[in-house]
Formats: sequence, structure tokens, C-alpha cells
Amino acid sequence: MTTAQALITLVTVAVVTLALRAWPFLLFPENKKTPDLLQYLGRVLPYAIMGMLVVYCLRDTEFSQLTGWLPGLASVAFVAVVHRLRHSLPLSLIGGTALYMVLIRVM
Amino acid sequence: MNKISAAFKAAFPLTVPVMLGYLFLGIAFGVLLSQSGYPPVWAIGMSCFIFAGSMQFVCVDLLLSPFSLAGTALMTLMVNARHSFYAISMLDRYKGKPSKPYLIFGLTDETYSVLCSAKTPKGVDENLFYFFVTALDQLYWITGSVIGAVAGGLLPFDSEGIDFVMTALFTVIFVEQWEDGGGRIPAAAGVGLTLLCLIIFGRERFLIPAMVLILIVLAVLKKPLEEKERGRAA
Repeated sequence: MTTAQALITLVTVAVVTLALRAWPFLLFPENKKTPDLLQYLGRVLPYAIMGMLVVYCLRDTEFSQLTGWLPGLASVAFVAVVHRLRHSLPLSLIGGTALYMVLIRVM
Repeated sequence: MNKISAAFKAAFPLTVPVMLGYLFLGIAFGVLLSQSGYPPVWAIGMSCFIFAGSMQFVCVDLLLSPFSLAGTALMTLMVNARHSFYAISMLDRYKGKPSKPYLIFGLTDETYSVLCSAKTPKGVDENLFYFFVTALDQLYWITGSVIGAVAGGLLPFDSEGIDFVMTALFTVIFVEQWEDGGGRIPAAAGVGLTLLCLIIFGRERFLIPAMVLILIVLAVLKKPLEEKERGRAA
């Protein structure tokens, strides 16, 4: 790939990414009232999206061998349980990440 | 000045988890790009003007593949379609904010998850608060990319797995949203429908069907869920 082609590739990525983030705002500008359905989606989507993102992060989970699923699932379970019990962001994040890093090394 | 520092003080602590994740992911990205033969200025440029974590990793692959404009556009569309999802859910919250163009540009997974669950503290300017969360996140990302691109090969320790901090952050936000009780059905739907699509479509192409399905199911559930909302408000 030439330098010009590389630049065109990156500009394309930048433009498409920005377009994906911007089109809802362009389609429903401020001077118009946001349609009722979209207002409702704006309230409920954050809950659904966070669930989607957790699954997305774990998409490479594989059950054919222990190392394919245990580190990821155990660490997510650890974060969820510890956060429910203690509600400490540093404890949940550092503890969960440390557990994951140890598990992928010792298994 | 007071307004600015108050907003900064409210925003900064919320971005600390993102700082951990972005510094390490940014370093990983910078290392990868420089190993592909692109000097640091390319990593900086990409983090300044694209600012999309996973897509920038995909970019490294694209730069090493034969040039294809349509292929690049399509790949970006597939990888980043979820950002439209975030935009839809921020339509009302970004309304009337002077920094809106930048907020839209900087709507990454991590910035979205911080902002969608954050309540702006009383007396803090919401526009500045949103702006600082977004800008700090981008600053971490750029800093990480620069470190990785310039000095990545010299890092003294094995950081494999540190990117799990993002998964942990999303899990924490999920738990907090679950506890606030306002959206357990959408939360369960998000997990369940995404899992379903992962099983049906496989890990390469489940995300877009999952998003479509989530939109449909939530739209169908509008009436009962809104009645529940009213019940809670009353």
C-alpha cells in the first residue's frame, strides 16, 4: 500500500466512524422534538447496551477447553459479586483485572 | 474559572478506570502500528482523528492488506455500527450543549458507558462535565498511543490481559444499572439477545443482528415498559 493509499484508507475510516456517530443527531435536529419512540429508546437502551457490551467483550469464550472460558467468565463473575457486595470501583476493577491476568498465566 | 474547575473535578474521577484501560490499549495499538512500519505520527494522527479503539486495531490490518476503499468502508461500518446505538440514546442528553460536535465525535464505547450512567452533580455545568469526560478519555488514548508508538518495544513488563479492565468496567456499570432497578428488563434483554445472536451467527457477525433484535424487542415492549416507568415515578 502506498502512503497515499494508506492516508485514503484512514480518512475513510475516520469519516465512516464519524458518520455512524453523527447521523442520528443530523436526522433528528434540536429544533424538532425527538420522536416519542426515540426518547423512550434513549431511556432504555443504556441498560441493554451495557449487557450487550459485556457479552461482546466475552465473545471469544470457548468451551472446548478450560482455558477458553474460565479466566474470562470467572473474572466477570468476581467483578459482579464483589461490586454488589462492596460497591468499590477500584476493588472491583483492579481485583477483577488482576484475577484475569493471573488466571491466563497460571492455566 | 470556578465553573470549569468544578466540572473538571466532577469528571476526572469517573474517567480514572478509562485512563487505566486506554493507556494500556493505546500502548498496545501504538506498538502494533509501529511494528507495521508506520512512524509515531501516524498513531497520533489516528488517535486524534479516528478515536475508535477497536477500529484502530483493525486499521493496522487494513494498512497491511491490499488497498480497497469499499472494503475499508464496509469493515468500518460493521465494526463501528454500535456507535449509532450510542448516538440514538444520547439524542436528548446532548441537546443544547455547545460542545455537542466534539461530544458526538468522541462517542466511544468507554465514554458512552461513563456518560450514560453518570449523573451530573448538582451545581456542575453539564456541558463542561460531558466535555471533560470525553476530552480526558481522548487524552488518555492519545497518550497511550504515543507511548506505544515511541517506546513500546522497551516496556519492561508483560501486560497481557490488562485490557480486561474494560470488561470489568462494563460489568460494574451493568451491576450498578441493575441495582438502580429502572431497567432490568432491557438489561436482561441486552444480555439474552446478544448471547442468542452470538450462538446463532458466530463471533464474527453477531453484533449487528443483536443490535437490530434489541431495537425491535425494546420497541415492542414500549407500552408495558413505559407503564412500569410511570409506576416507579408515582
